[in-house]
Amino acid sequence: MDLLRFITAGSVDDGKSTLIGRLMYDSKNILIDQLEQLEKQSRNKNKQAGEIDLALLTDGLRAEREQGITIDVAYRYFSTPKRKFIIADAPGHVQYTRNMITGASNANLIIILIDARQGVVEQTRRHSIIASLLKIPHVVVAINKMDLVEFSQDVFNNIVIDYTKVAQQLDLQDITYVPISALLGDNIVDRSKHMDWYEGDSLLDLLEEVEIENDINLTNSRFQVQFVIRPQTDDLHDYRGYAGKVTSGVYKKGDKVKVLPQGIDTTISKLEIAGKEVEEVFAPQSVVIHLADDIDISRGDSIVKPDNHLIVSNEASVLLCWMDEKPLQAGNKYYLQQNSRLVRSVIKSIDYKIDVNTLSHQPVEGGVKLNEVVKATIKAASPLVYDSYNRISANGSAILIDETSNSTVAAVLFQEPGS
Amino acid sequence: MSHYQLDYLEQLEAESIHIFREIAAQFERPALLFSGGKDSITLVHLARKAFAPGKIPFPLVHIDTGHNFQEALDFRDALANEVGATLVVRKVEDTIKQKSLTEPKGKFASRNWLQTYTLLDTIEEFKFDACIGGARRDEEKARAKERIFSVRDEFGQWNPKLQRPEIWNIYNGRIHKGENVRIFPISNWTELDIWNYIRKEKIDLPSIYFAHDRKVIKHDGQLVAVSDFISLDDTDEILVKTVRYRTVGDMTCTAAVESSASTLDQVIDEIIATRISERGETRIDDRVTEAAMEDRKKNGYF
Repeated sequence: MDLLRFITAGSVDDGKSTLIGRLMYDSKNILIDQLEQLEKQSRNKNKQAGEIDLALLTDGLRAEREQGITIDVAYRYFSTPKRKFIIADAPGHVQYTRNMITGASNANLIIILIDARQGVVEQTRRHSIIASLLKIPHVVVAINKMDLVEFSQDVFNNIVIDYTKVAQQLDLQDITYVPISALLGDNIVDRSKHMDWYEGDSLLDLLEEVEIENDINLTNSRFQVQFVIRPQTDDLHDYRGYAGKVTSGVYKKGDKVKVLPQGIDTTISKLEIAGKEVEEVFAPQSVVIHLADDIDISRGDSIVKPDNHLIVSNEASVLLCWMDEKPLQAGNKYYLQQNSRLVRSVIKSIDYKIDVNTLSHQPVEGGVKLNEVVKATIKAASPLVYDSYNRISANGSAILIDETSNSTVAAVLFQEPGS
Repeated sequence: MSHYQLDYLEQLEAESIHIFREIAAQFERPALLFSGGKDSITLVHLARKAFAPGKIPFPLVHIDTGHNFQEALDFRDALANEVGATLVVRKVEDTIKQKSLTEPKGKFASRNWLQTYTLLDTIEEFKFDACIGGARRDEEKARAKERIFSVRDEFGQWNPKLQRPEIWNIYNGRIHKGENVRIFPISNWTELDIWNYIRKEKIDLPSIYFAHDRKVIKHDGQLVAVSDFISLDDTDEILVKTVRYRTVGDMTCTAAVESSASTLDQVIDEIIATRISERGETRIDDRVTEAAMEDRKKNGYF
């Protein structure tokens, strides 16, 4: 059994909560006491006895209910005999970018919800642009509320045509379309009886079947030291192991590797997982690497198999998704944290802003505001070892941290130099 | 499945180990909050794996309400000894005396709420900057929204509106003096994942997780163990039942389930068959109000 992480994106009334509730309810992942509570709450909302409001399942904190808003990303869990699923449930309101990026950053798949009555709207486009920016490998376009358009094939087909244009413009990969009614359960777990014209799988079948093996890069080998294990006890006196997660690729005992940014060549002498010696390790395993030579290595240094994609430089071209209330200005200094590597950095220049509705480039005037996406150049106090996000996202991503507030203020996506 | 593919438990394990190593690297004085329950036992197991062959580089801290199951306490001592970790125990009883706190009254007078005082004192005493807990997001609504690295202010309070974005697998543990971070390495595990992992890894558990005979009373549909810590009424009927525990907390606020499951396989079969959530079935304190957990977290609870 493997694990699929997905995010659901939709505008405010697209039925996102109902869809998640329906997936969990129909796949029998809702438990008796949760159901009882749900029925109780549904009655408070003037529903008929026995009729439940599935949207309440994803209802959050009292603070949110009181204010009628969704604060943040919530994580939901369900499983079928085939797969375990983790849903990042991000709110769909206008302040979407920050939450959506948080939820989407680890997703294998995104469900983009479209209201069949509305078709492709501005929010659909925005969510799709985020999916494209973050290179989410799989996209499912769920056209919801089909019951409100008489389960019409024409309505479905027209939306598919519209969305195909968006997808082409954004270079989205692996897109599947499914007509659903989250409210009535059509094409959620079982195939709909109302839409014989649809020959594809139900949504849950799609989620169970989508091929995710190739989502992890196993070709280019990247590893960053998180923690140096040195027990310094009598029996382990000379033990020095570099603990970390394999970011991408495969490492074998005896492999020639390079330590960066030091630029020292060496060989892997031993590999361990949880204290047990193994012959090879691969992403995303948490492992311990031993090297043949005694080299001064500390947290944040990379042990890689060099190839022509890897970039070692103090300067980087980046996309920044700004997540802080305080605006970003060129010249500002931040900590840049790329996995476990923390370096001081300065925003050398802000080149342009990307309009997340049209993808057009626009000049930046008066600082970068919350939820804006900009192209910028960063200069770091010591060399960065990275790949472009589009090539190896796990080694091409970072965050910026405000040195005074300690807040995480931006998501950083490394770009090819000079791009 | 390709040769280079992890199954879901291996993926969850790799993620948790990664989090443990971030904690050890980013903080000066972390502590693992250990309750003796299966989730914190799993945490200890993962921490051992993260730092093997070295020892776990932080102490295990137990906030002892004085209402624990003896089996869980014995297990705690044996485990700390086995893994060679420092065990710090601080008693709610002592906090009550020192601070002249009022003991809760009532039939199941629970000290669960008072734990927060002892926890905050302990954090201050040892200047802990990170406290590792075994909370899971599938447990409850408020937990579903909490980050893996959850920054608390100097009063231990959680502010759901001011959470840091947690993007990719990059964890920002930077804090100001006086603040601390609560960290939940098994956030993405479900109850069933924990049980399956315990089976796969052959992790030992306290005996109360398996069927045994116990004196109980029936209260509001739940079976509560007879102990010195609850007060019995004339109407209470003491029964001897074959039970096991699904969670291990205080004797006053953890209910037993009737069960004859005496092996891990049988327990897991029962959990798959049971359609009642863990907290709903066995936590007496969560039933008080719908927002019980949200309130406690905001006040510094785990």
